[in-house]
Amino acid sequence: MIAWLVASPILVPLTTAALCAVFWHRPALQRVLSLGGSTLLLILAGLLLARVMEGGVQVAQMGSWAAPFGITLVADTLSALMILIASVMALAVAVYALGDVDAVRERGGYHIIFQVLMVGVCGSFITGDLFNLYVWFEVMLISSFVLLSLGGTKEQIDGAIKYAGINLIATACFLLAVALLYGVTGTLNMADLAVRVPHVANKGLVSTIAVLFIIAFGMKAAVFPFFFWLHAAYHTPAVAVQAIFAGLLTKVGVYALLRCFTLIFTGDMGWTHGILMWIAGATMLTGALGSLAVRDLRRALSWQVVAHIGYMIMGLAIATPLAIAGTVFYLVHDIVVKTNLFLGAGVVRRLSGGDTSYARLGGLFTAAPILCVVLFVPLASLAGFPPFSGFWSKLLLVRAGLAVENWAIVAVALVTGLLTFWLVGRLWAEMVWKSNPAGDALGTASLGGAARVALVAPLVLLSAITVTIGLYAEPLMRVSAMAADGLVDPQAYIDAVLGAVPTTPTLVGAAEPAAMEVQP
Amino acid sequence: METIMAFAVGGMVAGAVYLFLSRQLLRVLFGVILLSNAVNVAILLVGRLTPGQAPLIGQGQEVLGQGLANPLPQALILTAIVIGFGLLSFVLALVYRGYQELGTLDSSQMRTAEPEDAA
Repeated sequence: MIAWLVASPILVPLTTAALCAVFWHRPALQRVLSLGGSTLLLILAGLLLARVMEGGVQVAQMGSWAAPFGITLVADTLSALMILIASVMALAVAVYALGDVDAVRERGGYHIIFQVLMVGVCGSFITGDLFNLYVWFEVMLISSFVLLSLGGTKEQIDGAIKYAGINLIATACFLLAVALLYGVTGTLNMADLAVRVPHVANKGLVSTIAVLFIIAFGMKAAVFPFFFWLHAAYHTPAVAVQAIFAGLLTKVGVYALLRCFTLIFTGDMGWTHGILMWIAGATMLTGALGSLAVRDLRRALSWQVVAHIGYMIMGLAIATPLAIAGTVFYLVHDIVVKTNLFLGAGVVRRLSGGDTSYARLGGLFTAAPILCVVLFVPLASLAGFPPFSGFWSKLLLVRAGLAVENWAIVAVALVTGLLTFWLVGRLWAEMVWKSNPAGDALGTASLGGAARVALVAPLVLLSAITVTIGLYAEPLMRVSAMAADGLVDPQAYIDAVLGAVPTTPTLVGAAEPAAMEVQP
Repeated sequence: METIMAFAVGGMVAGAVYLFLSRQLLRVLFGVILLSNAVNVAILLVGRLTPGQAPLIGQGQEVLGQGLANPLPQALILTAIVIGFGLLSFVLALVYRGYQELGTLDSSQMRTAEPEDAA
């Protein structure tokens, strides 16, 4: 029974996608199915997290092949938490899509591909096998290609080509890294890798493979210096698509880094985590500076996606329990805030007539005061105003940085916070205070009854989540700390996957047993 | 044999990187094809080359004997080839559509999503 619950984050969106595909010519029914599937996913994800919090790491061996021979699905606190927050975003975006996605895109299969994207995202979060992770990344990738180019405007095709090109190369890097790791250890199961990698004699080779993983996942997560595809592509597709991309896709890369660099590559932390520290600092600064350099709301937000990835990598690079807890907290906070901001920018774009350059914005406060209040929450949280969620997450990371006396990274984090604050002030001035250059801006009433509810309700929901996390941070703080404990000391994870008595599998078919370099 | 194969993989990757440097998108795509093939050969290589040793479990035995071919990397390659083929055909169609829409395959002229004057 528990195996079904662990597999449900993959099965539910997959079934929803299949059902939507069956009713290809009935978009109205697809909408209902998409909403229903997202709601069911949310309920099951909640149950899974409750179960994990109560009973520890939950494991399902697919096809009853014992680990490490078969594919294992593992739900630890981090996985379950990520799936829960991803399913909240899926529901919010599914509601928003009712008012946003036009008939052409719906006929092109928007709902189906959206659910397939969720299959890839949830699969990446729950799998316990490195090659399986590669497969879920591909599922995510192909659906993101389709979503990005769906609609087929010139701008979209241009963005999609660049996005596709860089991702094909990242994929090849990932596959090569997986292959090399298999070559030195003879296993692909993550828990089994955690046991075997420390015994590999050739430490230099392991460090090389670790760097290849940093490159592969770094391209997905859009860290410095692999971030350039993100702001070239993310502002082009439909708003619902942008929001789910900004909220979830880069975070899957961060999750994969977090998983691999706490579980598998912990042997040479001075080298690997040193690289990650440089990456974190450079990512924060370039993202924040880039967001100040552009004069368009949605492009500035795309750059902000890059900047805040840096904070999460910083927590991973410091790698103390407090820092990892900060990263987990930041992941949750950032997914909610970024999705919310992109959805909000979509509404602003509609009100200002399809353009979000600063020159065309303004007068939002007189036109739509309540929308302004709702939008203030994610913007303030982005800049880290207390008492919103962004404040607590930055506080955790800065405290963790001070605790290890890494003054430089703390300084970069604070400067980035200041630059973000500057950007938020500028956005507020351009979008809300300034009078609209084209005369009176339109209010949300102009969106029309049902569309107005569908577009604004997700914003209110996500802002409410941000405020709740901000005012009552204790529960999320506790879950983050639990997830961090599980990551810093992965013994419970390993025991749950491989069984309490570690099995020593026979290395089948190896030409030279010595080449595997595993000491018993 | 393994040394020769390793150098072959290196040569393919070098060729792929050279093609990536081109502004012509089609060449970049050919580079991607070459790179994914190089990776597939690398996977075969990490499974150790055992020509003529079919992975058959002998009668009365439970596991493969030593020195026989490792079937797992071949399964991985098969998966990777299928996925790579799917991705590549989509991207080829996308690039063709891009050529129709934008009228060029020169990546330095594809500035629709990021206009140069939008500073």
